[in-house]
Amino acid sequence: MNDQHPTTAVFFAMLRRDIRVARRELPFFLLRTALQPLMLMVVFGYLLPKMGMMQAGYTSTLLPGVLALSLALSAVQSVALPMVAQFGFSKEIEDRLLAPVPTRIVALELVVAGTLQGLLAGLFVLPAGRLIMGPIQGLALGNFPEIFLVMVLGAATFSALGLLIGCAISPQQIGLMFSSIIGPMIFFGCMYYPWRALDKIPFMKYAVLVNPLVYVAEGMRATLIPSIPHMDLTVVCGALVFLLALFWFFGQRGFMKRAIT
Amino acid sequence: MSTAIETRALRKIYPAPPARKRGGPRTSTFAPRTAAPPQGVRVEGGGIAALDGLDLTVEEGEFFGLLGPNGAGKTTTIGILTTRVRATSGEAFVAGKNVRTEDVAVRRRIGIVPQIPNPDRSLNAIENLIFHGAYFGIPTREAERRAMGLLEQFDIGDKAQSKVEELSGGQQQRLMIARALLHEPQVLFLDEPTVGLDPQARLALWEVLRRLHREGRTIVMTTHYMQEADELCDRLAIVDQGRLLACDSPTKLKALAPGDTRIDLTIEGDAAAAAAACRTLDGVTRVDVAATDILAYAARGGELLPALIRAVEQSGARVQNINLAKPSLESLFVSLTGRKLG
Repeated sequence: MNDQHPTTAVFFAMLRRDIRVARRELPFFLLRTALQPLMLMVVFGYLLPKMGMMQAGYTSTLLPGVLALSLALSAVQSVALPMVAQFGFSKEIEDRLLAPVPTRIVALELVVAGTLQGLLAGLFVLPAGRLIMGPIQGLALGNFPEIFLVMVLGAATFSALGLLIGCAISPQQIGLMFSSIIGPMIFFGCMYYPWRALDKIPFMKYAVLVNPLVYVAEGMRATLIPSIPHMDLTVVCGALVFLLALFWFFGQRGFMKRAIT
Repeated sequence: MSTAIETRALRKIYPAPPARKRGGPRTSTFAPRTAAPPQGVRVEGGGIAALDGLDLTVEEGEFFGLLGPNGAGKTTTIGILTTRVRATSGEAFVAGKNVRTEDVAVRRRIGIVPQIPNPDRSLNAIENLIFHGAYFGIPTREAERRAMGLLEQFDIGDKAQSKVEELSGGQQQRLMIARALLHEPQVLFLDEPTVGLDPQARLALWEVLRRLHREGRTIVMTTHYMQEADELCDRLAIVDQGRLLACDSPTKLKALAPGDTRIDLTIEGDAAAAAAACRTLDGVTRVDVAATDILAYAARGGELLPALIRAVEQSGARVQNINLAKPSLESLFVSLTGRKLG
């Protein structure tokens, strides 16, 4: 019996499984993650400006927010939703928990797969946004490393948050997750408005900083539409790395508690 | 013959479930999420002992049964041996590896058939097996070859490309056995494998298990069906409330059972008083009370029946129902625990 069979091979086998499943469900995945952002862009980026009910320039505020939202939502959902079901009733995850690897590797794989799904959603919505809303100031080849960095950090942070949520809630509470966590996160996530615009409401300006979506939206703003006042990119990246570490720490701890009783 | 499994003074104390508060957001959001509340005996400090000092040894190649009612600690034992449950104290070794400190090595050496089939529903039948193989480092081509072989062997070869929902309960259970065997484990664990199967599927599964046993595999199975344990196992451990009550071959265990016929009388009225009255009869060797039932043991069971009924009626109670039981694993269990099984 080969005891040296490497952990990385098992990790990639699990990732392959997730990719196979995601590929099979791609149309539903895109529908789930992209429909809402696309509708937002159509209404706020096309219909309302056409009607003259929206200041010109709002579009460019909104696009980074929409991108952040689709990326974050898709990452958090792709980890949390299956986990809730698989731990809660179908127990499908047990086959992976019984694989000959340290249990944390299974949690890590879930987060990596979620990050990839978040990125995929972002990479789908970005060109769609360009088509609907017109040219994007910062969308230049030279900016790509920075854009990509924010996207990766954002997707990873929300994927780890998905792990944390997925461990903490029971199947009956999925609805609660949307209304009590995801909902406020969207409305106070500086998605509809830039963070610096909150200067006039200092209480809100600092209160929203606990919301991870703020950093993803501001990071997208900083890289895509740098002319809008935005949070400094170093602050954005620092905050995302910190939140990623925090969510991973508590997420994997919750995961271990559920995996081994 | 070497030892496949050994446990020493294995204990598992679950924290007592918190008193249920209504509407408290903390308890509703972060409520315990175990599928079923832990069953067992309350211990000092408010915990619940699911296992209370279990010592077991299973030899290689043995078909070993863990027999006991629901809540006896069978599933907890399997959980500890398969690294999913951490023992509060004591030690357990599977295939020579410590389940606590060498959990990865243990997982590599075991296959598990769960109580309720838990196939990966996003994958079809054969993909379930191939990916399982990949988790154990088996190359795809080899895994595919083994998977087809196993599916054929278990008569679900034609379902290889089917979604798992399209498989019947019995077929899913066989898929789970195929999955558990794909990486050729040294020890196969089955947790109540025939619960929820129709009689036909149960017999088919027994056949599969007998064949695996003939091939020399070590099999550990939990069950609360006496007949199943009797028919399949080389050796049986009877557990109740986290303790080992008896452990031997079914034949020897049955010899331990009280040699008398057991007469179960369901009583309307004061069962304790009725039992006291029955104890005074000649020929009655023992009388136990289990809720509204009196369990009387007698060498000449049938002949004593009228006298028993009279004794009960004289005590002021009435007999509602009568049942006679011959010596069996079940009567042994009842005599060991004073309770009926499951």
